[in-house]
Amino acid sequence: MNERVLMKGNEALAEAAICAGCRHFFGYPITPQTEVAAYMAKRMPKIGGTYLQAESEIAAINMVLGASSAGVRAMTSSSSPGISLKSEGISYIAGSDLPALIVNVQRGGPGLGGIQPSQSDYWQATKATGHGDFHMLVFAPSTVQEMVDLVFDAFDLGDKYRMPAMLFLDGMLGQMMEPVILPDPSSRPVIEKPWAANGHQGKRPHNIIKSLYLEPQELERTIIERFKRYDHIKATEQRAEEYLTDDADIIIVAYGASSRIARSAVNTARSMGIKAGLIRPITLWPFPVDIINKNVENTKAFLSVEMSMGQMVDDVRLVVNGRRPVSFFGRTGGIIPTPDEVLEQIKAINGGM
Amino acid sequence: MNKDLNLVLAGFGGQGILFAGKVIAYCGLIENRELSWLPSYGPEMRGGTANCSVCLSDIPIGSPLVLSPNALIAMNLPSLDKFVNTVVPGGTIIVDSSIISKKVERTDVNTFYVPASSIAEENGLKGLANIVLVGKLFKELGFCSAETIDAAILKCVPASKAKMIDLNRKALELGINS
Repeated sequence: MNERVLMKGNEALAEAAICAGCRHFFGYPITPQTEVAAYMAKRMPKIGGTYLQAESEIAAINMVLGASSAGVRAMTSSSSPGISLKSEGISYIAGSDLPALIVNVQRGGPGLGGIQPSQSDYWQATKATGHGDFHMLVFAPSTVQEMVDLVFDAFDLGDKYRMPAMLFLDGMLGQMMEPVILPDPSSRPVIEKPWAANGHQGKRPHNIIKSLYLEPQELERTIIERFKRYDHIKATEQRAEEYLTDDADIIIVAYGASSRIARSAVNTARSMGIKAGLIRPITLWPFPVDIINKNVENTKAFLSVEMSMGQMVDDVRLVVNGRRPVSFFGRTGGIIPTPDEVLEQIKAINGGM
Repeated sequence: MNKDLNLVLAGFGGQGILFAGKVIAYCGLIENRELSWLPSYGPEMRGGTANCSVCLSDIPIGSPLVLSPNALIAMNLPSLDKFVNTVVPGGTIIVDSSIISKKVERTDVNTFYVPASSIAEENGLKGLANIVLVGKLFKELGFCSAETIDAAILKCVPASKAKMIDLNRKALELGINS
């Protein structure tokens, strides 16, 4: 077991990516994720890896596409406006069935927005990162330790399903320091990539990696095949943590930074005799439909807490499907909701029941 | 079970606010406690005000952003003004009185005035007022053992600045005795 060390979220995830075998990082600076790139710039040359600061976010994501085509683990990181720029490349990566790790340390938007923590890119990450019919895996850690653990999962599952994976953070998680134990890379299975377009010395037919299909029948077929994979992922890869949901009358659904605030509010509500609980989605795509669904019958109301104007709440409502009231509370623009504000919402819902 | 520490440190950028917070965070790490360290980031780091939240606890930490601290270290007037009313009743406020002449009007908190910047300067420890104040906080709240805080300083001072170790130790000692 490795030692428990104190690391900043952005630096811990960068080190985790290196532990997970990533040797190719392509980035472009933007607050509040710049420490990821800075850490990679320091470490990669020392371990025979590639750190490259591209001329733009668009260039960086296309470098990831190229490196991933050759079968290596490649990643990029950015913050909200930069992810919008990368979205074209992410669509190409998905359309080419390539794995890649994309980190979004979210800040307030739209436009240049602000630099303080936000969760207002939920729709973008889970529904419409770029053009076309596709999804990517979206992981939402809530601690620095979980950030590290999910970097490994994002690489492994991305390789397994040949699709891009996003580590979905916010400025608070990226900037904070917490104790972390870096996992041992040797414990992970190696995933073969027979599809990679790397050197083959004429010993096998060459691999072609592309997203262009001019024949609509062929394009439809590739998309349908990809969606069969998505169905399998939806059936097997949903993840969420349940906290005090067993007897809860009110269940908060919150992920990432806002789940930490929600958990504090749940604890205070419990100390006041209000039966509150928390479901914390860990995968945002696939959305943890099953875990929410199994709680609907035994609870009275849901509350989605987000650092946005209300985005994930749409998915909660789709699952609950009118069987219970679903309300929303959020702060946006870089404001972190307070446990007291969330507690007020819980009390209001409790009073109305 | 030790008492939770929910600390805000605040002052000008360059006063070592984040470093002082890091020393206290390492105390939690060394004693195998739960902890978080959250800096303010952005324009305020570039010459304006800087602040930092540190939590030490025996249970997992919810929000790392401390809104109701039970301890405040203030190293300039704007910071004291901004945070003085957020401290919970019974909390501790430590003021660098060589920079802040204003007195805390609240009577439901324990306020300590330490001329940390003058103490540091008089002892050839320019720039270590932050650690003098950490020493005072340690003395008043005893948030970890004496061995731990010494080990934390060793962890936080980079190897390339080894000569700073003894200076930090001296600053800590002056704070404890202030």
